[in-house]
Amino acid sequence: MLTIQWTDVLLLALLVATALVIVNMSNLWAAVMLMGIYSFLSASWMLILDSPDVAFTEASVGAGISTILALAALSLTTTKMKHPRHGALPLVVVLVTGAVLIYGTLDMPHFEDPNAPIQLYPDPSYVDRTEAETEVPNVVTAVLASYRGYDTLGETTVIFTAGVGVLLLLRNLKRRRRSEDTA
Amino acid sequence: MSGESILRVIAKILLPLILLFAFYVQFHGDFGPGGGFQAGVIFAAAIVLYSLVFGRSEGLRVFRPEWAERLAAAGVLIYGGTGVAALLRGGNFLDYNALNPHHPSHGQELGIFLIELGVGLAVASVMTTIFFTFSGRRRSR
Repeated sequence: MLTIQWTDVLLLALLVATALVIVNMSNLWAAVMLMGIYSFLSASWMLILDSPDVAFTEASVGAGISTILALAALSLTTTKMKHPRHGALPLVVVLVTGAVLIYGTLDMPHFEDPNAPIQLYPDPSYVDRTEAETEVPNVVTAVLASYRGYDTLGETTVIFTAGVGVLLLLRNLKRRRRSEDTA
Repeated sequence: MSGESILRVIAKILLPLILLFAFYVQFHGDFGPGGGFQAGVIFAAAIVLYSLVFGRSEGLRVFRPEWAERLAAAGVLIYGGTGVAALLRGGNFLDYNALNPHHPSHGQELGIFLIELGVGLAVASVMTTIFFTFSGRRRSR
């Protein structure tokens, strides 16, 4: 039997409310601020779900760096949303995609089912093995850095590639402008 | 302006604490929550705060772009190099046990420390680079 935690209900209600306000907002500057708040609410939600590592990442990346980058983008464009005119097609696409996603969840195991794949995989023995094999108390770190070291190497490379991409795109632009100035 | 001086004083008090917290998260990731990724982002946030309050050119003087580019590459190389070091010592790629055959768990600790250092360097440098490159563009008309 599910017991209702009122903190959970309150947090999820706040998440939904923030999302609805963001959707209906035409002031983009305020929308960016509210997205930061949304991120902090998700971080609190992750903390309630006993995953401080995820909460930490959400708070620092989602509420911190993403907000700053979005504000930097806004300073280059405009802070007011233009209202585009849509036909019926986008609504149909959204409804069909949503229906397919909901149809997909019908196959998922029941919430709190002990035989659900999330309880069985990855192998729960990681929790038992980590202390003896690595002497690292934080199992999340042990899995990310040691058992799944390849994945983390890939992620680091992705971040590096993002930086290289930004530099290549925007630097070239600067150089082209400078050569145009001298010409 | 008086408002700006309050901002500057508060930023000056907060910055060392943010940097210290970034180092704490970096080197304490195997005991508590966090690790190289979060630490890198917090470190970058400190530099972003500094350049927002004291100006972009002042921020670029503290964290020079040519360092940031090299440090980003160095971070990925430290990560990959740790894997190669394990290979050279007779283990598999990124098998930290091989780093210290007598105490495999010490090898694990060393390997995790090194790769978290690489992740932290790469993330902090890339985040600041992206911020400075974006903030350096002027509004397009």
